[in-house]
Amino acid sequence: MRISIGIATVITFAAGVGLAQDSKSLVIEGEEMVTETAAPDHMESVKTIYSGWRFRSEETQDLETDDFDNPGMVFVDQAIDLWETAQGSEGKSCSSCHENVEDFAGLRPTLPKVKDGELVTMEELVNECRTDRMGADAWKWSGGQMTAMTALIGLQSRGMPVDVAIDGEAAAFWEQGKELYYTPVGQLQMSCSNCHEDNYGVMIRADHLSQGQINGFPTYRLKNTKMNSSHGRFKGCMKNIRAEPYNEGGPEFKALELYLASRGQGLSVETPSVRN
Amino acid sequence: MKRTTGIVAIAALVVFPAMADEVAPSEVKFEEGVVSASLTGTAGDPVSGRDVFANRKLGNCLACHANSDLSEESFHGEVAPVLDGVADRWTEEQLRGIVSNAKMMFEGTMMPAFYIDSGYERPLEDFAGTSILTAQQVEDVVAYLKTLKE
Ligand code: HEC
Ligand code: HEC
Ligand code: HEC
Repeated sequence: MRISIGIATVITFAAGVGLAQDSKSLVIEGEEMVTETAAPDHMESVKTIYSGWRFRSEETQDLETDDFDNPGMVFVDQAIDLWETAQGSEGKSCSSCHENVEDFAGLRPTLPKVKDGELVTMEELVNECRTDRMGADAWKWSGGQMTAMTALIGLQSRGMPVDVAIDGEAAAFWEQGKELYYTPVGQLQMSCSNCHEDNYGVMIRADHLSQGQINGFPTYRLKNTKMNSSHGRFKGCMKNIRAEPYNEGGPEFKALELYLASRGQGLSVETPSVRN
Repeated sequence: MKRTTGIVAIAALVVFPAMADEVAPSEVKFEEGVVSASLTGTAGDPVSGRDVFANRKLGNCLACHANSDLSEESFHGEVAPVLDGVADRWTEEQLRGIVSNAKMMFEGTMMPAFYIDSGYERPLEDFAGTSILTAQQVEDVVAYLKTLKE
C-alpha cells in the first residue's frame, strides 16, 4: 500500500502540472484575495483555476501585497487627477457626471458584457463618455491614460469575484473567443491552450507559465514598467509565436477577453496587479 | 585565362550540388513520421547544430526541452521530454522526421514543425512562406541530436 502511494506521488511530481503554482495566500492591505478556486463547469480539462500571482517569484508577489510598494499605484494616482480634469468641447471632467469613482464598484467583474447587441469592454465605456459626452478624443486602447483610468475603475472592485455572463446574447461572443483560444496560430503553430492550459506551472525557457488569467488586468509589468491592457498582453503572446496579432479593441480580442474572463470566474479582481 | 575559368567552374560545382539537392519543405517524404533521405546531401555539422538548438531565434529547442549537454545555458524548459540520451531512443531518420515536422510522428503535438513553409494561420508577415529552420540547419540539429548518447 505504502509503496504504491509513493509511486503515484512520484509520477505526479514528474508530470509537474498542478504543483508548480505555490500555495501562498494573497492578502492586499489586509483583504484576502481568492487566487485559487474550482474551475467553472465549462472548462473541461482544468479542475482548479489560479491567479497569475501564484506563479510569480516572491519578490514580484510582495510588490502586490502593499499599495505603497505597488508600482501600479503611481498610475492609479495619475487617473485620480485625470478624473477631475475637464477635457473636450463640453468642458467636463468625469467627476462632472460621476460623483465618486467608488460608485463603479462591481463593474469590473462583469466586463466585458453585451449592451445593445454589442460586446462592450471597460475601454469602450470610458471612450464613449469621452467622445459622446465630453466632446473629447478617444484614448488609445493601451495608452497610458486609458490603462491608468481602467486601473482606477477596476481597483474599486478589487477583491470581488470575476462574474461575466456567457449565456444568452453573450453566448455567440463567448464561442468565438473559445474558438480563438484553441486555434494554433503563427509560424510556431501554437494556441493559447498549449501554453496556458496544457502546460501551466512549468517553465518555458526562462518563463514560469501561468494559466493566462486576466483578473489582474490592467497589470503593471516590471518588464516594461507600465500598465498593460489585456489586449496588449494577447498581442505580445501572439507575436512570440510569430503570429499576426488581431487589433487591440477589435472583435476578436474582445471575444477572447470575454472567454478568458469566463475562465477566471470566481477569482478576485486584482488590478492593478504586478507581474514580470 | 583557361585556368582561372576552370577554378571558377570547380568552385561552382562544389557549391551548387548541395543547393540543387536540397529538398523543399513541401517535398519532404515522410513514412510514418520518418524521413530517410538527407534534406541536403551534405552531412550535418553537430557543432553548428548545437548552436541552432540553443539559439532563441532559431531552434529554441531549450524553450521546451532540457538537455544536460547545454548546462552552460541557464534556462531549460520543462514542457517536453528531456533530450539526454535521445540518440539511444531514436534513429537518425526518425530524428530527421521529428525535427522536420514532429506532427507527423506525434499526433497533435505542440512541438512546432521546423521544416514546413505553408499551412500557417496568421503568420507574422516576415515569417509567412518560410520555414523556421533551413534544410541544412535541420541536418545540423539532427547531427547534434545523434551525439546525445547516455
Ligand atoms: C456628461 C456626463 C458624463 C461625463 C463627463 C462622463 N460620463 Fe461616464 N457616463 C455618463 C452616463 C450618463 C453614463 C451611463 C450610460 C449608460 O448607462 O448607458 C456613463 C457611464 C460610464 C461608465 C459605464 C458604467 C456602467 O455601469 O456601465 C463608465 C465606466 C464611465 N461612464 C466612465 C467615465 C469616465 C472615466 C469619464 C471621464 C473620462 C466619464 N465617464 C465622463 C455620463 C458621463
Ligand atoms: C509559447 C507560449 C505561449 C502562448 C502560445 C501564449 N502565451 Fe500567454 N503567456 C506566456 C508566458 C510565458 C507568459 C508570462 C508568464 C505567465 O503568466 O504565464 C504569458 C502571459 C499571459 C497572460 C498574463 C497573465 C497574468 O497573470 O498576468 C495572459 C492574459 C496571456 N498570456 C494570454 C494569452 C493568450 C490569450 C494567448 C493566445 C492568443 C496566449 N497567451 C498564448 C506564454 C504563452
Ligand atoms: C513548443 C515546445 C517544443 C519545442 C520548441 C520543441 N519541442 Fe521537441 N517536443 C515537444 C514535445 C511536447 C514533445 C513530445 C512529443 C509529444 O507531443 O508527444 C517533443 C518531442 C521531441 C523529441 C522526441 C523526444 C523523445 O525523447 O522521445 C525530439 C527528438 C525533439 N522533440 C526534438 C526537438 C528539437 C531538436 C527542437 C528544436 C529544433 C524541439 N524539439 C523543439 C515540444 C517542443
